Amino acid sequence: MKNGLRQSMAWLHTWVGLGVGWILFFMFLTGTLGYFDTEIDRWMQPELPMEQASLVESVRIAEARLQQQAPAAERWFINPATNRDSPNLRIFWQDKPVGDEKRGATGNELLDIATGLPVTARETGGGQILYRMHYALHYLPLDLAYWIIGVCSMFMMVAIISGIIIHKKIFKDFFTFRRGRGQRSWLDMHNVLSVVALPFHIMITYSGLIFFAAVYMPLIVTSSYGFGEDTERVFFDELLAEENKLERANVSAPMAPLDSIIKVAEERWGKEQLRYIDVSHPGDANARVAIGSHLDSPLRSSAELVFDGVTGELLNNQAAFSSAPRAVRDTLLGLHEGLFAGPLLRWLYFLSGLLGTAMIATGMVLWTVKRRPQQLKQARGPDFGHRLVECLNLGTLVGVPAGIAAYFWANRLLPVDFMARSDWEVHALFGTWFAACLYPIIRPIMRAWVEELWFAAAAFALLPLVNFLTTDRHLGRSLVDQDWVFAGFDLTMLAVSLFLGVAAIKLRRRLPQAALNPAKPTDYRHPQQEAIQ
Amino acid sequence: MTRSTLQLSQATNRYRWQIVSRILAATVGGYAVANISAILLSFILPMSRSEAVMTSLLLSFAIYTLAILWVFAVKSVLKAWLGLVIPSVLLGALALLVKLVEAA
Repeated sequence: MKNGLRQSMAWLHTWVGLGVGWILFFMFLTGTLGYFDTEIDRWMQPELPMEQASLVESVRIAEARLQQQAPAAERWFINPATNRDSPNLRIFWQDKPVGDEKRGATGNELLDIATGLPVTARETGGGQILYRMHYALHYLPLDLAYWIIGVCSMFMMVAIISGIIIHKKIFKDFFTFRRGRGQRSWLDMHNVLSVVALPFHIMITYSGLIFFAAVYMPLIVTSSYGFGEDTERVFFDELLAEENKLERANVSAPMAPLDSIIKVAEERWGKEQLRYIDVSHPGDANARVAIGSHLDSPLRSSAELVFDGVTGELLNNQAAFSSAPRAVRDTLLGLHEGLFAGPLLRWLYFLSGLLGTAMIATGMVLWTVKRRPQQLKQARGPDFGHRLVECLNLGTLVGVPAGIAAYFWANRLLPVDFMARSDWEVHALFGTWFAACLYPIIRPIMRAWVEELWFAAAAFALLPLVNFLTTDRHLGRSLVDQDWVFAGFDLTMLAVSLFLGVAAIKLRRRLPQAALNPAKPTDYRHPQQEAIQ
Repeated sequence: MTRSTLQLSQATNRYRWQIVSRILAATVGGYAVANISAILLSFILPMSRSEAVMTSLLLSFAIYTLAILWVFAVKSVLKAWLGLVIPSVLLGALALLVKLVEAA
């Protein structure tokens, strides 16, 4: 549409990026934190003990509790505390549907090995709610949220591919970084961040779309499966066909002891390799027990052993996947979630996510830096649109991290017996984000940047102190105890604080004195023209 | 208003409408092309029904992305629209034909 492909693509890249940049930044940052969701969970429930019970004992306790809580359930699910994803013994059950329900009611509990009863810990959204926000967005109905993030992901996809096309010297530019050159430096930084983790950016965006593919492209499913309310379910049932699914016989029969079933599985896979125990129709003559192994590859579905729940006989050894398209899908989803990743790879995932977040941030800053000189020359000052982007950029790029700090603060400071405390943790996050967007209205924009960066840096820096004052698992102790979840969390907060503080200092140094001490605080001035030189 | 500023504002208006038209073509037209070609694919792939549908779902977003990029890459708006409408109609007709033959 412009003269030449690269010009057209540059135009597209700019506007597509601007359109959804703020939501994408939020999605990338909260999604990145999701790679440490359970670690965050544990930090947010400091009362929880560190469990290391034996598998047999865990399963015995879980089975007893399930017998008591849901003897007539359709399904039991046990997650023993054998890996990072389930640091505490967790049970889950689903009752038979009553009346015209499609699915029965469900329940789940974290169990204390010592007592066999549910653990008592403060109510919190934990790392799970934080991670969920990156696709469910909070406050909005789920269907709407899925469509919003779907549109944003499509924009991201277009931005990535058009960005590659613009970049004729992709490898040369990768080694190019011109410091202290204002706009040019921002562009170089944006390029380096984009190129260095390009495969990750493409993978995470495309696989993100695949999670809800059937929601975004319902006609593709409908054209083969017909219209109807449960079209999607019929399709997935057929795709994920599980051979050993049996209907309930409605004849009660005593269960084979789970201990012996576990032993068979451990003989095959080795110790500590069990990820879950899935019992369908417990107490029925057609009971089935499926045992899954740990994920050791991106393939999302793991190998499974299926046993007859009454005789304890091994029925089959199910391979992890059945067909190529399903394997591709499972691999994409598995790569996105990264559940298989060990500590090193997990940190690499985290780092890649941060690079993606920074890529979006630098792209958005670049938009304003590029237009500022022109906008400042205008007689009536910058346009409304430009000012709006400036406010939303600052409010989001600093406000979302500050909001996440507020989320952690709320977890420690809200009274433990306050009923709606997990709701208010989330309100603290979004409230801070909102306030950070409004703040530049009453302050000159560059000054607001420096002040918000300092605010966020302080909020992160003080978190280990708040943790010290409100729990007994402070940094001094967690380091001595080699409690890497707590020590890692506190140290990461300090590192984030350092990063934000350095950004604040660097920015302030570049500002002329006049920008920091304006005559009237409400005067919307743009001293950045000098600032970006 | 002098003649030259009038011409300028007319040109600006025309440019704006072209942008709107392209955005519509990319979002709606691209979505249609992605869906229709994926549906045709799901009918003709030599796999079981659920596998063919999954394969088509996996590819549909790539087709959509390419369609969007194409709309903004071509010189004229008309060409952009034609490039979406013609394949949509042809592939759609083909898909319908396949479905009818199957049913017969």
